Amino acid sequence: MKTHSAFSDRRVLVGALVLSGLTLGALLGPALSPGDPVAIGDVMQSRLRPPMSTGPSGALHVLGTDAFGRDVLARVWIAARLSLAVGLIGSLLAGTLGIALGALGAWVGGALDRALLALGNALLAIPRLVLLLVIAALWGPGLPTVVTVLALTGWMGVARLVRSEVLGVRETAYIEAATALGVPPGRVLRRHVLPNALGAAVVAVTLGVGNAILLESGLSFLGLGIQPPAPSWGNMIAGGREWLLIAPWIALAPGITLIATVVSCTLIGDGLMRGPSTAPAEAARS
Amino acid sequence: MCTVTTGFADSRSEPEASTKTDGSRTVLPQAVADSPAAAATAKASARQIVCHLDPSRADDKIPGVRHILPRLVDALLLLWLVATLTFLLIHLAPGDPASLLVSPTATAEEIARQRAAFGLDGSLLAQYGRWLGALLQGDLGMSLALARPVRAVIADALPLSLLLGGVSLALSVIGGVAIGGWHGRRVGTRADTVVTVLSTTMYAAPSFWLALAVLVIATSGPAVLGAPAWMRLPAFGVHTPAATLSGWPNIVDIARHALLPILVLALPGIAGIARYARVAIADAWAAPHVRAAEARGLSAQRVRRWYVTRNAVSPIIVLVGLALPGVVAGSVFVEQVFAWPGLGRTMLQAIGSRDYPVVLGLTVVYAAVVIAANLLAEVTVRALDPRRSVA
Repeated sequence: MKTHSAFSDRRVLVGALVLSGLTLGALLGPALSPGDPVAIGDVMQSRLRPPMSTGPSGALHVLGTDAFGRDVLARVWIAARLSLAVGLIGSLLAGTLGIALGALGAWVGGALDRALLALGNALLAIPRLVLLLVIAALWGPGLPTVVTVLALTGWMGVARLVRSEVLGVRETAYIEAATALGVPPGRVLRRHVLPNALGAAVVAVTLGVGNAILLESGLSFLGLGIQPPAPSWGNMIAGGREWLLIAPWIALAPGITLIATVVSCTLIGDGLMRGPSTAPAEAARS
Repeated sequence: MCTVTTGFADSRSEPEASTKTDGSRTVLPQAVADSPAAAATAKASARQIVCHLDPSRADDKIPGVRHILPRLVDALLLLWLVATLTFLLIHLAPGDPASLLVSPTATAEEIARQRAAFGLDGSLLAQYGRWLGALLQGDLGMSLALARPVRAVIADALPLSLLLGGVSLALSVIGGVAIGGWHGRRVGTRADTVVTVLSTTMYAAPSFWLALAVLVIATSGPAVLGAPAWMRLPAFGVHTPAATLSGWPNIVDIARHALLPILVLALPGIAGIARYARVAIADAWAAPHVRAAEARGLSAQRVRRWYVTRNAVSPIIVLVGLALPGVVAGSVFVEQVFAWPGLGRTMLQAIGSRDYPVVLGLTVVYAAVVIAANLLAEVTVRALDPRRSVA
């Protein structure tokens, strides 16, 4: 993260390009695709068309149609809107919560800090998917639940990171100077401590986006996330499950898009973190 | 999956603060805090020097009970916290489980009787007290949907999940360390790039999608190729239906059923561990004492065995502990797709039928497994790594 921009890392560049392409597709794609991606029309005429075939109306289905005659590509794009938004918002909310709680614990210290640490550890001891399943099932599936649950189960890692960063920054001379100058503690935290403790949190949030998208698709695959007919990559794959041998493209298209998205997020996160990096090895060799 | 990522990201900054802040850290952060690859080497040796100078540490020769006991207490406290959180989560959720147990025409007395039978009467605190007391005696209550003790339901499913999880975790570690070690030595080469791209993609593939892909390939592939019948692997369940097998044929039958689920669990596991083993091994090769050993002209084999492997072992063990939740999560999808009646599938069914005691019991069991694995990883690291036995 030098001044000559993070894009000098090839991984960040590739990841950002793929994500931009997906975002563009999500914004423009549905408008350019034939047919309504959600409504079910004349099923018998248009269902299960293979990729690159034309439907009864003469429209080209680049990725074919699903069991209800809906254009798969259009649905992938609509689902991209949902999945990208859910991943981004869920991860950002989790990150914000983590930053707030981590900084609060480290700054206040004492019983509050210990309580927050214990809560975080307890939540980390339950596999996140199990936690997600339990909450999503109890509070009813749907978009708001998914986002809330992603935030509630994703803050612990970031909080831990920010906490240790804040504890480190707190001991530095410039914080001592600011306090000695009579700056109120809240202002010291906001203006001097947090900006210096956020670097690692940003990376964690970036990696969290891919994770959140994966978890959302998993919940939707199990029927506990986004509910059909609204398309999500997860419920599209679930819908294509019974047609795997006859019409594999129904499950293949959302699956590959999903993998590309998650790989891009991982690449960007890795690039920003400079790891799993080769930096130490290269430095030693040169 | 997620825990591996965050856990490793944590490790990059955690040790700074954690060494000087509080002594009351619980098991997980401890495992994570001690996990960074070679970055910790310098810190560990610094700590060692401090210990030599510190007379109060002079008698601290035996790393054993003194280190393990507090961790064990921490682990038990953590488990209690998890149990309490889960209890609250489930009992504060909207909807009354008792209303699902009785017919709509039931009288008030019948409902009250059902409530009492399932321990759903009295205040929340009273219910919690009863539940915790029973839990301490190993009693997880009665399943609402199956009318069986939760313990029996879990006891049926646990071995099946341990079979899948254990074998695939072992495969992940062996395969991941082998692959990671191989290209950790070749960082920056074309082969390294290719393997890294492959492992990143495999690591990102959702296990439910991977399961479907493997299912199609394994079922229709041999048929298309005209392979003999014994090569077509079964895709559902644990046993061949209606077959009464015992002894070796039974074991072979189970193994054939387990092969595909294990493959789907192991592939992302191998990829995930390889990604981090690569860094650990590359860092270990770059460490000054390894370069000194190379410069002294020691054989490559000797350097690898005595200087590199020993340094890379601890981060990899910690990683395995952290990979466990990923295996658990993966197994939920894999068991669902392959109709494997393990913990994951039981969990999904319990959630579907709002079987609260089973959900509660399973969550506690999951957490216990994760906490135990982390504790084990930490103790193993301490036992194997001479640098840490002093600290």
